[in-house]
Amino acid sequence: MASKPNYARIGDQVFRDVEKINAELFTLTYGAIVAQLLKDFEDVEEVNNQLEKMGYNIGLRLIEEFLARSNVPRCSDFKDTAEVISKVGFKMFLGINATVTNWDPKKPEFSLVLEENPLIDFVEVPEQYQSLVYSNILCGVIRGALEMVQMSVECRFVRDVLKGDDASELKVTLKAMLEEEVPVGED
Amino acid sequence: MIIYSVYIINKAGGVIYHQKGEKSGKSNDYLRYGSIFHGLYTISSQLSPVPSPSGGNSSGIQLLQTDTFRLFAYQIPTGVKIYAITEPTANGIDAILKQVYVLYTDFVLKNPFYIIEQPIRCEQFDIALEKLINSTLSL
Repeated sequence: MASKPNYARIGDQVFRDVEKINAELFTLTYGAIVAQLLKDFEDVEEVNNQLEKMGYNIGLRLIEEFLARSNVPRCSDFKDTAEVISKVGFKMFLGINATVTNWDPKKPEFSLVLEENPLIDFVEVPEQYQSLVYSNILCGVIRGALEMVQMSVECRFVRDVLKGDDASELKVTLKAMLEEEVPVGED
Repeated sequence: MIIYSVYIINKAGGVIYHQKGEKSGKSNDYLRYGSIFHGLYTISSQLSPVPSPSGGNSSGIQLLQTDTFRLFAYQIPTGVKIYAITEPTANGIDAILKQVYVLYTDFVLKNPFYIIEQPIRCEQFDIALEKLINSTLSL
């Protein structure tokens, strides 16, 4: 079997080549969206849902951008997928590295630990919004993107720096491979 | 090198884009060509008597040759297929199809008003694609 591609290097390479924007503009734009959603919906749970949905719709499109520019070969298994998300995906779109940990021995489930998260720079969540999952959009992006490559996953935050944890942790669980949707010639 | 036309079909086999070229036909004809190609691609992937190195089925049609044209196809893991019909001597179209894919992600998917899987009507995409095809004329 051929040796695994060096994903960290691919990630650095594609990060170097993609266009970048000002980090403050990015953080402020996202902050404005979350704040506006809180105003409009007045219900924190609903805002969490909306953020996830927005992320999902981004993910459906973002996956193509990812495949078009990263030249990552097809993943051989779910472990491979985890590596690619952490080392290439997060690097390419957010400029950060995520670490894959906590593999569940019984089911296909892993954690992505984010040491840093550009979305939450400058953010302090007020007391009345304690159940807000500020960066929930990321969960949606991962779910949407993986669905387009025939993996149905569930993704949620289990640790959050904004809630006083020392790092942010996303848990990704593979629910099903959408076998009937795998395009022929790609299995 | 002349590229006569470029098609994009979604994962269900519907033609979502075709760049007008060669013979003029009714738009229904193009839709039919697209879905027939989708079917041929599926059949071709199942014809191989030996499994692919990864253990699965073979890939589908990558190149189809006749005496008057060549058809190059490129499938993306999401199931979207891009194919181009070119003059019979054309070569190295794979790289161009990849560039078409990049244009598709840029000008189509990043347009927030484009609905995924629906026919592509994006003027900027038309312009960029035409530029790309013209640039291959001198190759």
